[in-house]
Amino acid sequence: MNRTLYRKLVDAHTVAQLDEQNVLLFCDLHLMNEYTSPQAFAGLDEHGRRVLMPGQNVAVVSHVIPTQPGTIRVIREAAPALQASNLRKNCEQHDIPLFDTQDALQGIEHVVAPEHGMIRPGMVVICGDSHTTTYGALGALGFGIGTSEVEHVLATQTLVYRLAKDMRIRVDGVLPVGTTAKDLILMVIGHIGAQGARGHVIEFCGTAFEAMSIESRFTVCNMAVEAGARGALIAPDRKAVKYVLERATDLHGVARDAALQHWETLHSDEAAVFHVEHRFDASDAAPHVTWGTSPDQVIPIGGAIPDPARQTSAPMRRSTEQALRYTGLAAGAPLEGTAIQHVFIGSCTNARIEDLRAVAQVVRGRHVAKGVRAMVVPGSGAVKRQAEAEGIASLLMDAGFEWREPGCSMCLAMNGDILADGVRCASTTNRNFEGRQGRGAITHLMSPAMAAAAAVTGTITDVRRLETHHA
Amino acid sequence: MREKHILSGKMAPLAIENLDTDQIMPKQFLHGIDKAGLDKGLLYDLRFDAEGRKRPDFVLNRPERADVEVLVTGANFGCGSSREHAVWGLQQYGIQAVLAPSFGEIFYSNAMNNQLLLVMLPEEEIARLMADADSPETSHIHIDLETLRVRSCNVDAFFTLSERHHRMQLERRDLIGMSLTYQAQIEHFARLHWETHPWMKNVASHTRQQLGHTPRAQGIAHLGGIA
Repeated sequence: MNRTLYRKLVDAHTVAQLDEQNVLLFCDLHLMNEYTSPQAFAGLDEHGRRVLMPGQNVAVVSHVIPTQPGTIRVIREAAPALQASNLRKNCEQHDIPLFDTQDALQGIEHVVAPEHGMIRPGMVVICGDSHTTTYGALGALGFGIGTSEVEHVLATQTLVYRLAKDMRIRVDGVLPVGTTAKDLILMVIGHIGAQGARGHVIEFCGTAFEAMSIESRFTVCNMAVEAGARGALIAPDRKAVKYVLERATDLHGVARDAALQHWETLHSDEAAVFHVEHRFDASDAAPHVTWGTSPDQVIPIGGAIPDPARQTSAPMRRSTEQALRYTGLAAGAPLEGTAIQHVFIGSCTNARIEDLRAVAQVVRGRHVAKGVRAMVVPGSGAVKRQAEAEGIASLLMDAGFEWREPGCSMCLAMNGDILADGVRCASTTNRNFEGRQGRGAITHLMSPAMAAAAAVTGTITDVRRLETHHA
Repeated sequence: MREKHILSGKMAPLAIENLDTDQIMPKQFLHGIDKAGLDKGLLYDLRFDAEGRKRPDFVLNRPERADVEVLVTGANFGCGSSREHAVWGLQQYGIQAVLAPSFGEIFYSNAMNNQLLLVMLPEEEIARLMADADSPETSHIHIDLETLRVRSCNVDAFFTLSERHHRMQLERRDLIGMSLTYQAQIEHFARLHWETHPWMKNVASHTRQQLGHTPRAQGIAHLGGIA
């Protein structure tokens, strides 16, 4: 029978078929953080249950941790401090490995896990965080779960899993100079909509993804959830295998050979049928920036802000009006040239070393514009040190950027890094929801290079207009 | 009010598309290690102004809407963050059901796991329910969980739930306990899985062990092959 990659992964992890729509799915790796796991551990204790397979679980303090520069990291607020200490207590009690507050390798869970080789092709990876779709970049089925399900995984190492439908998004062609994976995925989300992939696992294929680095593929799969997808996959190729082998230091000898052989099979069969297919041409992509309060409210940098009156349905008119009211932009106006007061470079979408290099390339020879506050929050301790070793940190600091400690930070603003009412922010994150980065704050999602261009000009700017100064 | 399998009460309209879980339960209410107090945070920025005063014009703040138990809302309700706090907050506020053309996927599972009823109906039906909900006089709704039927002033419609979710709505079940009846099968599966895929066994604990403990004060032992 011809199967999609998604079905192969599900079949290979099915412990039992529960009914027509649900299977008991074995989970290879379960990641946890300090804010969606406490009630799960409490539930476990309440029922006198134990963690069934502690070695398949790992926790990272990521969401509440402050990012102010400094060698010792202290969570001063009582409630988040308790979340971190409670996570430590739970991990100790249940023998679960932890990347704690003071650990030099601490960071955003979705940056930490793959950079140390914990994500491998063919795995099922889950986490109480919606951006777990990131791992599809390595051919692992990743998806976010709620706290009830976190408790279920802790107790059983499985999930009751509702099967998704298959969607394929093929993008051939070459991304034009100045455009990135972020622009491409924003373009795709703009076309298919914030619920365009609801109920589906997306398989991305085509030469555009083949040409991408693994870090760029992380960005694409990370944001698939913003189209409503229940997962995202890219069939692992030589690049993916190389990425994993360089980091998974335990993989050698017979185990390595067996792994390589298995990974060869991780692709959709030639005649596999997808419920929905989309096609795009990478050469149509331009730098994209969101203008509204949903990730699908996005236009190419040269485009005009949509007019509510021209929307085809009442809900579309309503949401366009609502978004423009919140973002304070005018229908029909260009987005380019809009003044910003803040720049945030960070998040599980775009805070890896490749992203910071892209920022540095634009910033070299320039300075943060007057009146703009620009923050860089590296994705992990390892990314931070790498950037420091490459001179990126000093370049950015000299240019007026704040160089901070790793964490989720202002992507969701639950650690104290929060914007004031009315502040407009150029952000490399994944969600431009109302109030996401602070009540009344306005988020414009864009690529790291575009955020860097906004930082040095003080306005939303087409990065392709800026001349690049090479080192 | 819910009596056995009948949910009968007042509904309120929230004509917002893509109402995400960040808005349903904002960040400042996510700092607990238990589930308490989330009713305060529900739809906070919509219910309260920047100074914490009730916005009198917001539908749930109107006196005649004090006992609302059902929300009728736009498509993709509950999209975004996986935070189950959104579901807990809705329930603690007194919401028993949400009706929409569609729901965010993780939110949907979270709601089912907490017996919060989600009713998915076509746009046109939702528009008519929204119109009924708009005026307190016509805002009564009657939902039969057994027959999966919704009735209001101008709507009489059937909705669907998967068989499993339907059972979960009708009776409180210990889902983990039920899955634990498969424990021997799970352990057997894991043994075979790791025999053929040894590189998937204890990856987390092995990696943590190999990295060693790297306290910040002592510098860093491992940079990862990041380049």
